[in-house]
Amino acid sequence: METFLNIELGTWMFLVIGAVFSGYAILDGFDLGAGTVHLFLRKEESRRIALNAIGPVWDGNEVWLVIGGGTLFAGFPKVYATLLSAFYIPFILFLLLLIMRAIAIEFRSKETMRWWRNLWDITYSVSSTLIGLTLGVVLGNVVRGIAIDGNMIYKGGLLDIFNPYALLTGLTVVALFALHGSVYLIMKTQDKLAERLDYISKIAGMIFTIFYVLLSIATLMFVPHAAEEFKAMPILFVIPVITLLLLLNERRLIVKKKYWMAFMTSALLTSLLLITIAIGIYPYLLLSSIDSAFSLTIANSAASQKSLGIILTFVMIGAPMVLIYTIFLFRTFRGKVVLDDMSY
Amino acid sequence: MDVEILSRIQFAFTIAFHYIYPPLSIGLGVALVVFEGMYLRTKDKHYEQLTKFWIRIFALIFGIGVATGIVMEFEFGTNWAAYSRYVGDIFGSALAAEGVFAFALESTFLGVLLFGWNKVSPKVHFFSTIMVTLGSMFSAIWIVVANSWQQTPAGFKIVGEGMTARAEITDFWAMVFNPSSVDRILHVWIAAFLAGTFLVLSVHAYYILKTRFVEQSKKAFGVILVIATISALAQLVTGHSSANGVAVNQPAKLAAFEGHYDSSAVADMYLFGWVDDAEQKVTGVKIPGGLTFLLHQDFKTPVTGLNAFDKNDRPGQVNFVFQTYHIMIAIGIALIGLTLLALFLWWRGKLFNQRWLMIVFSFSVVLPQIGNQVGWYSAEVGRQPWVVYGLLRTSDALSENVRAGQVMFSLILFTIVYLILFGLFIYLLNKKIQTGIASHGSDKKYASTNLISE
Repeated sequence: METFLNIELGTWMFLVIGAVFSGYAILDGFDLGAGTVHLFLRKEESRRIALNAIGPVWDGNEVWLVIGGGTLFAGFPKVYATLLSAFYIPFILFLLLLIMRAIAIEFRSKETMRWWRNLWDITYSVSSTLIGLTLGVVLGNVVRGIAIDGNMIYKGGLLDIFNPYALLTGLTVVALFALHGSVYLIMKTQDKLAERLDYISKIAGMIFTIFYVLLSIATLMFVPHAAEEFKAMPILFVIPVITLLLLLNERRLIVKKKYWMAFMTSALLTSLLLITIAIGIYPYLLLSSIDSAFSLTIANSAASQKSLGIILTFVMIGAPMVLIYTIFLFRTFRGKVVLDDMSY
Repeated sequence: MDVEILSRIQFAFTIAFHYIYPPLSIGLGVALVVFEGMYLRTKDKHYEQLTKFWIRIFALIFGIGVATGIVMEFEFGTNWAAYSRYVGDIFGSALAAEGVFAFALESTFLGVLLFGWNKVSPKVHFFSTIMVTLGSMFSAIWIVVANSWQQTPAGFKIVGEGMTARAEITDFWAMVFNPSSVDRILHVWIAAFLAGTFLVLSVHAYYILKTRFVEQSKKAFGVILVIATISALAQLVTGHSSANGVAVNQPAKLAAFEGHYDSSAVADMYLFGWVDDAEQKVTGVKIPGGLTFLLHQDFKTPVTGLNAFDKNDRPGQVNFVFQTYHIMIAIGIALIGLTLLALFLWWRGKLFNQRWLMIVFSFSVVLPQIGNQVGWYSAEVGRQPWVVYGLLRTSDALSENVRAGQVMFSLILFTIVYLILFGLFIYLLNKKIQTGIASHGSDKKYASTNLISE
């Protein structure tokens, strides 16, 4: 096994993929969340401003999903193949929802008829919410383990995927994105629209807190292998405590109108949720609920050492570049939304 | 229908639909760089109007390209799990490179291109336009590399046996520069330039016919016509070079292109024809020994025919491969004729008076589109029954747990959503074209709106 800084390449790949999906959750998370709260904005102008707040960045945010998919395919081809084929219907729906959402964003502004705009507003909001839900459901199943046999073939049915634990994870993700998205929108708006979003973020924060507590309890009760990791290292119990403190602090920051800090706080919350999950499943990637011997681990599902080395080199060269583009983009469009003739 | 044929139909349908858009983005990107560059150099308002007009159309095309492109990346895993496990080591690294190096570049700078006109300086905006165009061309490199590896695998070894066999990378650069990569990248790029430039030519020919925005359209038509002509001619070169590569690396595919069965015979080249696969006979108009001449520069050397391969190792749909290949070539020749004629008339100062030619150009946008589609059909169907040529059969590449019913369900959904998408695309494209170049559309009244009451 080749290593870099004394850590095996497979583990690096696990960390990289974790970081990319965290980046995706933080970035697409706020624009998906903006979609979830979209219908709670009542006026045409408000909705238009909200849409233009994500306008220049949502496409760049989705890139992280593409990079995540690419690195997962390259780094752990067996996990990529097994996960996507096992969750065939959910992933197909996820892809179609991504399309519907892109259509809604692009097409909403192209006509002025009331029904046209309402149609696309609803499509945008519903698809954004369901995308978050699907991602959460997949995440919940990954934590819980899925029915794969010794040949990495999924033996469960469609309904097994939508189990209560996975659905609870899905709802938690939706609430988190709604919080994250509404804070982003407050940052980009002003006056009465910002006040309304302030109120929406408060509600979203409360709903997320409730789901988060429920999910934590459910994990300890119904997902023994994840709980074991925590019982073995009780220090890890500070994570939920930190999460709840961060939530309170985020509310405080919003009240004090420190929106940028509040936005960074919910970004931190998002990555903390994923880090908790990564700790919970490491060194497994896909746990088999049939027999843990059938599970896909970092060791048995990674690409060849050569391939891992190549991809990690790409990431080392590419990640700083992507970071620079992203910062450039966000700096260019910093500040409140101003509509012009090129807006949606 | 079984799961294999359904999965193939679904993949073909989703990739064919997707492939309408990326070539248009690449070609339009080049046109945007030209228009914006001309504007920065000359400060001519017409070029500014052209740039802004085509940015709006670019946004529409790019958006659909991204949405339908993400589908492709995940469809390997959903429908072709065995394939993904087999080639992940190699194919995955190409896809990862595409995401990290190309897609990130184009999608990020797209934000500035679309929304940054009043936010950044003209030079920074121009730089963003160039980055988006380069990014989309880099994307094409990695995707075509991945596909070319399926056609002509190189730089790998096979590890394991039976169910667990998989290709592992041994030499990255040999994988990237596999025998067909360079020819095919150039062929795909130029095809994309043709797709984009002919969209521009079509729209401006239409404006000239309707006597709307005539000044701007004449300028746009002239400068883009030059690029289109060079591309059409260059495509002949890359096409020939590609075919030579196919002859060496995938002889069964080449034989299917011309319906050539007998390995001891000189190979003919058909202008058009019909293949009877059962009788192994082609009826049509041919240049006797034409294919032999193109490959070997003589009329004597025999060419490997389909009969040199076991029935299970060669494409089953010979006539389909033959037809698509010949339509592609016919379109390529037509584009050369059309652009050279227009260039000649332009030089003589008579181009824009030729009403009939402007009508032809108005509809010409469909030609490169059809050419791109059928070109890929012949390349991909010609590769069958292999998904990775000579290594992995398409029938062995499927997801083991996915059932025909599930694929039928997803295929129906894709069909419905894509048909809606296509309908909306055409509607909005037409609307933008009808709205025209100089006007900013109905949203202008919002332009200064800033303070909001909820």
